[in-house]
Amino acid sequence: MILRQKKRSAAVPLYGCLKTRVGTMNKLQSLQEAVGRIESDMTIGIGGWGPRRKPMALVRELLRSDVKDLTVVSYGGADVGRLCAAGKVKKLVFAFVSLDFIPLEPYFREARQKGAIEVMEIDEGMMLLGLRAAAWNIPFIPTAIGLGTDVITRCPDLKVIDSPYDDKAWVAMPALKLDASLIHVDRADARGVCQIKGPDHYMDDWFARAANTTIVSCDELVEPGFFTAGDEARYVFLHAVVWIRCGAFQRIRGLGQERWLCCLCRQICDGQDRGRLPSRCRRTRPHPRLAASCLLIGRGRLT
Amino acid sequence: MSNASPFAQEYSLAELMIVAGAEAFRHDGEVLATGIGVIPRLAASLAMASVNPDLMMTDSEAFLLGAPNAVSGRSSHAGQAQETWMGFSRIFDNVWSGKRHAMVGPTQIDRYGQANISALGSDYSKPSVQMLGARGFPGNSISHANSFFVPAHNKRVFVEGECDMVCSIGYNPARLPKGYQLADIQIRRVFTDLGVFDFGGPRHMMRLLSLHPGVTVQQVIDNTGFEVHIEGDIPVTTAPTVEQLALIASLDPKNTRSKQLKDNPPGYRRDAVTA
Repeated sequence: MILRQKKRSAAVPLYGCLKTRVGTMNKLQSLQEAVGRIESDMTIGIGGWGPRRKPMALVRELLRSDVKDLTVVSYGGADVGRLCAAGKVKKLVFAFVSLDFIPLEPYFREARQKGAIEVMEIDEGMMLLGLRAAAWNIPFIPTAIGLGTDVITRCPDLKVIDSPYDDKAWVAMPALKLDASLIHVDRADARGVCQIKGPDHYMDDWFARAANTTIVSCDELVEPGFFTAGDEARYVFLHAVVWIRCGAFQRIRGLGQERWLCCLCRQICDGQDRGRLPSRCRRTRPHPRLAASCLLIGRGRLT
Repeated sequence: MSNASPFAQEYSLAELMIVAGAEAFRHDGEVLATGIGVIPRLAASLAMASVNPDLMMTDSEAFLLGAPNAVSGRSSHAGQAQETWMGFSRIFDNVWSGKRHAMVGPTQIDRYGQANISALGSDYSKPSVQMLGARGFPGNSISHANSFFVPAHNKRVFVEGECDMVCSIGYNPARLPKGYQLADIQIRRVFTDLGVFDFGGPRHMMRLLSLHPGVTVQQVIDNTGFEVHIEGDIPVTTAPTVEQLALIASLDPKNTRSKQLKDNPPGYRRDAVTA
């Protein structure tokens, strides 16, 4: 399911034609179709934060493709590491790449220490401002962030400007326009309504708004009526794509044995210790022996 | 609050540093206190539970708390005193307002109080050691108060030259942006395993405020890559009170603080400390 933004017709009230919309608006696509929209040299944004709720199934599909020379914008974790390891990254826009409990991400480190990637290193908040500027169709947002630091001196793209209203220096954080964003959510319907029910949706809504196209993987595909019940709509932040169970699982190497980390609940399992995972993840956890490519369960099961 | 409580006879260096760290938040009023790592977080939590109950704190995930969470002995966030949603995007609204005091652990700190957690080495395009990235240091340092926690005071942390990658603004006149004064930068305290410092010396030099029990001025000089301002008789860092130790224990029932410093040294060290 691909979301094309701002295509909603103003003449048709959303609530009055729900059934029609459900019948006609089906954004479900196969993993290959969806990720196939990403081409070499594109700028892509990846939602989540560090090790948390990363769209790893989408990233793995990207690894299998022949796409290259990507510019990647991400609050980086294993997504950035694996893309670096696969040689897909031409330029990385980042504030950090970290797995939190494993502070240093090994593949990103290796790529940097080899000088294999260009970087635009910015502050975490500057990235948010850049996404907002892109979403709002403005060229930059003025901010004090970065003043006096090497974030400015190392990055020729960042300009320090005068203000028409005071005599201080301001950093002009440029819009981070994205060709596509990749996001993983808890639930979605075929129209692309997406629910993130974890405590924080991070900057995923801004990644969606800053992008021409948003590709979403979800743990559970639901019927549209799901979101109208109770206060479920409170947890809807953006709009979806491919139905993949546990798309946020990522394999961790280098800990002596193969382990799996769930980006939703951040529990680690080694295949034997199922009891440690909460029921939500036990339900959707892939068997550790399955190859990563088997994570795709199939297309939606709308009845 | 702890004035009435007697000083503890035995305490660890970690507990001494937690108590010293808590002091940094005493006069902050109603600001968000963010401690990164177990000892800074316990320092902020102790301050909120004692000298500054007006502090705000999050669960490090997405909620603002009315009372600090324990750093250990909790299996989930259930039952915490959450009062409002405070996701990461909303944290920035707080950061940029200036109503925050963060206590962070840089890899490098230079004579200007500039700090680095990004990368080491002279060639930025190909760092010899890539670390985390600048994270929130640039925005934090220009927006609000910051304190530094250093578990091992040595010349690799307190470097001779400038930091390899300056992630946070400090008191460097050469880097001062137009319209700013050095006094606009708020580096509050630096806590190390040797003592407590600030940048209140002449021309914002790093100044020794107190030495931990058993530590000498010479140890500080020998382990710092730049000149530290040392004036008059340096007091000994105030020992934790019995009441403070009890609060710390309640905030860390599993004693994770004992695993933060190498070999968990006692607060009073008769022998030389850092090599």
